[in-house]
Amino acid sequence: MIGLLLRDLNLAVRAGGGFGLGLAFFLIFASLVPFGVGPETGVLRVIAPGILWLGALFACLLSLDRIFQLDWEDGSLDLLATSPLPLEGVAAIKALAHWITTGLPLVALAPVLGLLLNLPGPAFVWLVGSLAVGTPALSAIGTFGAALTVGIKRGGLLLSLLVLPLYVPTLIFGALTVARGAAGVDAMTPLAMLAGITLATLATLPFAAAAALRVNLR
Amino acid sequence: MSSLWEYANPRKFMSTSTTLLPWVSAIAGLCLVVGLVWGFFFTPDDFRQGSTVKIIYLHVPAAIMAINAWLMMLVASLVWVIRRHHVSALAAKAAAPVGMIFTLIALYTGAVWGQPMWGSWWEWDPRLTSFLILFLFYLGYIALWEAVDNPDSAADLTSVLCLVGSVFAIISRYALLFWNQGLHQGASLSLDAEENVADVFWYPLLICIAGFGFLFLALVLYRTQTEIRARRVKALIAQERMT
Repeated sequence: MIGLLLRDLNLAVRAGGGFGLGLAFFLIFASLVPFGVGPETGVLRVIAPGILWLGALFACLLSLDRIFQLDWEDGSLDLLATSPLPLEGVAAIKALAHWITTGLPLVALAPVLGLLLNLPGPAFVWLVGSLAVGTPALSAIGTFGAALTVGIKRGGLLLSLLVLPLYVPTLIFGALTVARGAAGVDAMTPLAMLAGITLATLATLPFAAAAALRVNLR
Repeated sequence: MSSLWEYANPRKFMSTSTTLLPWVSAIAGLCLVVGLVWGFFFTPDDFRQGSTVKIIYLHVPAAIMAINAWLMMLVASLVWVIRRHHVSALAAKAAAPVGMIFTLIALYTGAVWGQPMWGSWWEWDPRLTSFLILFLFYLGYIALWEAVDNPDSAADLTSVLCLVGSVFAIISRYALLFWNQGLHQGASLSLDAEENVADVFWYPLLICIAGFGFLFLALVLYRTQTEIRARRVKALIAQERMT
C-alpha cells in the first residue's frame, strides 16, 4: 500500500505537472475574483470565505480525472485489481495520494490568498483548520466520482456533474466555519460537522469506489 | 406461490402491466381532472393569499412525487444490486426522467407562487435549495445512464450512484437547515399535526396527490415497457447479425 502511495506521489510530482496545476488554478481563481466583483475591501472581506472554499473545491475537481484515468489507459489498474491488495484499499490510497498532491498544498497556500482577499484576522485559523479537515472529504468523494466515470471517454464534464452535488454538504460546513470565524462567533459546531462528514466519507466511500471500479473493469 | 419476484420475469411483467396500464392511466386521469377542477373552481379563495393558493394542487403533489420517485429508484436500484433483476434496473431508469420533471414542476410552480407572495421568484430557502439539489442529482443520474454503453454496467454504476446520492441528499437537506433559515412554510399535511389545511382544501388536494401518484405509476410502467421492448429489439438485431 505504501509502495502504491509513493508511486502515485512520484508520478504526480514528476510527470505532467499535475502537482502544481491545482495549486496554480487556486491562485488564479482567487486573484480573478476581485476583477469580477470589484476591488472594494469591504465586499471582498465578506465573500472571501466562500470564494476561498469554492476555489479549493474547483481546484480539487480539476485534478479528479487524473486519479484513475492514466492507470486505466495503460492497464495498471487491471494489475492493481488482480494484485493481493483489495480494491477498496487501492481506492483509499488513491484518495490519500490525491489529497496529498492537491488538498494539502491548498491548505498551505490558502492563508496567502486569504491575505489577498482581505480575510479578517481571526478567520485565518478557521480557514486553515476547515480546509485541513474538509479537503480529505473532497478527495474521497472525488475518488468515488472518478471511479464511476473511469470507463467513459471524455467523462470530465460528466464527472463534475456527478461530483458537484455531492460536494454540497462539505462546502456548506466548510464555508460556514470560515464565515463564522470571520464574524467572531463560535465556529466549532460547523467544524465538527465537517469533521463528521470527512470521517464518514473516508470510512464508506472507498467501498463504493471499489464497487464502481469492479464494474468498470469487467 | 405467487410472489412479487414473479414480475422480475420480463414476460410476466409485460403481460401484467399491459392489463394494468389502461386502468392505472384512467384512474390517474380521473383523479387529476376531478381534483384539479374541484381545486381550481370549487374551493374558496384564501383570505390572505387570494386565488394564488390554488397552485397548491400542482405544487404539493408534484413535490411529494418528486421525492417518492427518488425513493422508488433507490428501492429498484437495491433490488437490482442484490437480486440482479433486469426489470428492476429498467424501472429505475424509467422513473428518473419522470421524477426530474416532477421536481421541475414543483420548482416552477413554487417560483410562480413565490413571486406575488414572497415578492421574489427564488429564495435560498432550505426547502427550495434541496429541491434544486435533488434536480441536479436527477440530472447526474440520467447523464450517467446515457454515458455508459454497456447496459449492465450502466445499471450497476447508476445503482451505486443512487445509493450514495441518497445518503448525500439527506445530509444536504440537514446541512441546508443549518445554513439558512427558511421562508417556506412548514409541513401542513402531517397526519399527527394539530393544525393542517382546512378540509375544503384538503379533500381536492388528496385527490390530486392520488392522481399524481397514479400518473407516476402509469408513466413508469409505460416507460419500463418501452425499455424492455428496446432491449428486445436490440437482442433481435444482434441475432440477425449472427446468422
